[in-house]
Amino acid sequence: MTCSEFLAMLDDMIDNEVSANMRADLEEHLRCCEHCEVTLNTTRKTIQIYRSHEIYEMPASLRERLHKAIMAKCKKGC
Amino acid sequence: MATIQSIAGENEQHPDVALVERVRAGDVSAFDELVRKYERQIFRIAQHITQNREDAEDVMQDAFLKAYEKLDQFQGNSKFYTWLVRIAVNESLMRLRRRRTGRMVSIDEDVETDEGSVPRDLADWAPDPEQNYTQSELAEILRKTIQGLPPGFRVVFALRDVEGLSTEETAETLGLSIPAVKSRLLRARLQLRERLSRYFKRKTGPAAVGVEK
Repeated sequence: MTCSEFLAMLDDMIDNEVSANMRADLEEHLRCCEHCEVTLNTTRKTIQIYRSHEIYEMPASLRERLHKAIMAKCKKGC
Repeated sequence: MATIQSIAGENEQHPDVALVERVRAGDVSAFDELVRKYERQIFRIAQHITQNREDAEDVMQDAFLKAYEKLDQFQGNSKFYTWLVRIAVNESLMRLRRRRTGRMVSIDEDVETDEGSVPRDLADWAPDPEQNYTQSELAEILRKTIQGLPPGFRVVFALRDVEGLSTEETAETLGLSIPAVKSRLLRARLQLRERLSRYFKRKTGPAAVGVEK
């Protein structure tokens, strides 16, 4: 397997959407290719960091303000 | 046993279905519950697309009001949440378009770029690299990094990886084909990885917060 072929399967590997045979081929490539191993691990880490850190949190005050505005309009029948 | 399970599965109703029914019957408090349940996600998606706080606030408000008005059009073929996300994505793209007067903005914009299709920065990252930054520094790095992505990549990454929609739901929400979602997701992930490498790779020098490419 070449690095380009590995890269084409990267997302499926991360999302666990590969067959057992394909997974074995991908893992064999990883054993001898440090670059692809780094790419795989750091891409996984990228997703995990974005998933676990709230970067656009709504302050409670804003949430209440917007919420009241929405409900007031709905009660009036929008 | 398998038959019993499958019948139970078919009859199992998503809790939102009952809430939607109550709203249709005139119970505004049920809509209140739906708003509280999804407002954070809708705000986050709007921020991801518009990259503007004021716009995200407006989008959140308008998306819920529109959902309330159009509830009769909600068929129940898809989940209420993905239907709501679709409204919010459309509202967000409209705001983004208004901010960039004269420039066409769509989820197809800039997706032909080759950036990120081949990883260039192959240095490994430090173990637990986020530990080298405070929470606010890290949030700033993550915001700045995703901001640099074309809107068409940003939205796919936000829906699929941050909000946890499936590939099929993301495709349906954005009106894209499944291969288009997959191709954008791969390039979004690789571009973000490449850009984050600047901050997270193993290094001996001082941390480089705020350093631009």
